[in-house]
Amino acid sequence: MASVRASITRHRALPVLLVLVVVIAVTTSVFGDRLLDRIVTVMFIDLILVLGFQVFSGNSGLLSFAQIGFMGIGAYTSAILTMTVEAKGFAIPDLYPFLVPIQIPFIAAVFVGAVVATLVAAAISFPIMRLSDAASVISTFALLVILHVVLAHWSALTNGPRVVFGLLPYTDLPTATLWAIVFVAAAWAFKHSSLGLKLRASRDSEFAAATIGLNVVRLRWTAFIVSAFICAFAGGLWAHFITSFSPQAFYLTRTFLILTMLIVGGPRTVSGAIAGTIIVTVAFETLRTAESTINLERLVPFQLVGLTEVILAIGLIVVLAVRPGGLIEEREILSGPGGPRAEPVEPPGLEPAGEAR
Amino acid sequence: MDAEFLAQFALNALSLGSLYALMALGMAIVFGVLRLVNLAYGELLMVAGYTLFVLNDSPLPWLFVAGAAVLAASLASVLTERVAFRPVRVNSLNAMLITSFAVSTLLQNAALLLVSPRTRAVNVPGLLTQSLEIAGLRVSVANLITIGVSLSLLFGLNLLLRRTTLGLALRAAADDFPMTRMLGVRADRVIAAAFAISGVLAGVVGLFWIARVGSVVPTIGAGPLLIALIATVIGGMGGLAGAIAGGYVLGALTVGMQLLLPPGLIDYRDAFTFGIVILVLLVRPQGLIPGRQSARVG
Repeated sequence: MASVRASITRHRALPVLLVLVVVIAVTTSVFGDRLLDRIVTVMFIDLILVLGFQVFSGNSGLLSFAQIGFMGIGAYTSAILTMTVEAKGFAIPDLYPFLVPIQIPFIAAVFVGAVVATLVAAAISFPIMRLSDAASVISTFALLVILHVVLAHWSALTNGPRVVFGLLPYTDLPTATLWAIVFVAAAWAFKHSSLGLKLRASRDSEFAAATIGLNVVRLRWTAFIVSAFICAFAGGLWAHFITSFSPQAFYLTRTFLILTMLIVGGPRTVSGAIAGTIIVTVAFETLRTAESTINLERLVPFQLVGLTEVILAIGLIVVLAVRPGGLIEEREILSGPGGPRAEPVEPPGLEPAGEAR
Repeated sequence: MDAEFLAQFALNALSLGSLYALMALGMAIVFGVLRLVNLAYGELLMVAGYTLFVLNDSPLPWLFVAGAAVLAASLASVLTERVAFRPVRVNSLNAMLITSFAVSTLLQNAALLLVSPRTRAVNVPGLLTQSLEIAGLRVSVANLITIGVSLSLLFGLNLLLRRTTLGLALRAAADDFPMTRMLGVRADRVIAAAFAISGVLAGVVGLFWIARVGSVVPTIGAGPLLIALIATVIGGMGGLAGAIAGGYVLGALTVGMQLLLPPGLIDYRDAFTFGIVILVLLVRPQGLIPGRQSARVG
């Protein structure tokens, strides 16, 4: 009985989180404001991206910059698969001929896009998972640059650095809400699965985890490709919301925004991912509105550009200094007091964490 | 391939390599003391560039303006350390990394906000755009000056590191920081000094980088950042010698790829170089010249 109760306690936050997503969606559609509708739709797509980052970074403790590149793969693949023959003729004139006549339904295309990104991630990421710390971060950064360069130059698939347009706006608020719910549940399930538990063990102590027989590289690799799938899926949804985009959309600016959401909320928890996404979206939209109001009313003698990003960056630095684990750091909301948590143990001979820095 | 071609290649590779070596060194010197991959490093070049732009119309001789630009980059570097990195230093490595990413975004957007998103032309002394004929070779003056300045900077830095107390502290800190602190070296000072030197190097590189293009944009730091990253990885992140070696290897690789890659693949040059990075990390994670200290974990 006790274990059943513990299990219920452990998972009781999940329905609350799901209900929260639904409540936000319903409230938005009751208001019926077009702008609000668009903001919330993008927020849910961003939420899926943040969850994608969370699945890998939160559970493995490794930072990855590469995920937005997989979002790009998902976006382009699904776009090529849903566009009509004429639209492709205009938007991607150099497209491989065999791809031109192919046209499949929207969600199927998003799935295929996510699967393609997953295969790419699976093929190239395994060796990177052996690395830790600086080396691991630099190589995921390198991966992002490589994916970006390829997207921006493969004219026969992506129309090169130019804008791809003419997608149909299949993604609306209900679609985004539905998939946000699916992926919140998926990220939750992943974290609490046996695989997630093992991965979190390796996060707290890589060597101890290896000692009890866990294949850390393989665990990280699995999480990485799950993460790539989620981000690519979000990419497909996003592409069919925004309907025109260029490779520049899948690079450092978005990486920064999504990382900010993840860090502010707390990368280790699913509740944190949701909280971070909501807070940063609200902050971002408020600042954007303020910025454009100032520009429209000519309150200052010059055009303000970049104010939003400046303030967000300052906010992020403050959060990192004051609360480096994010708002919801270790325990999911409502999960009650837990058992004792193992302190991370540094193996002897290596510098203790936090000492030198 | 005739001798002339080879000489031209060697000269170009040496010039570009010197520049890359300086970039990598600026990155490595901070990595040495903090284990921080400073993603805001490229923005220091941008600071130097905008200082040049602001002083475009000043009556001062160009060398003074250049000096001011280098100084500004160094100040910016120290300031970011004081304001952003010091408060998060005790937290995880990832926290510091993301902070540097945030600082990079912050500086870039500050430039957007305070100057303009558009390209701004910068005065470049005519000397830097001329070229000479030496023994039948066309040699650009900028290349020669780059080589000269880089080599003297490397030499000067070597003296600083080998002959001064600060240099000793910096080298010791790069080797084993906790031990260095136990011996009574003030961590804050060493770190601030490392950032100051890093800023000077970024500033000097910025001068040459911007002189090549003749203008500055908020995103100008991205290229140099990537180069510095690649060079430090190829050379080895453990020590400073590795960074220099990595810079020269990358310079030669870049010039070589420009000459040898078929035209259709030149566009993918960055993807190739980053592919090399990942390869190096996998096959020889310690780089060409491994530092004395082993990596923290893994």
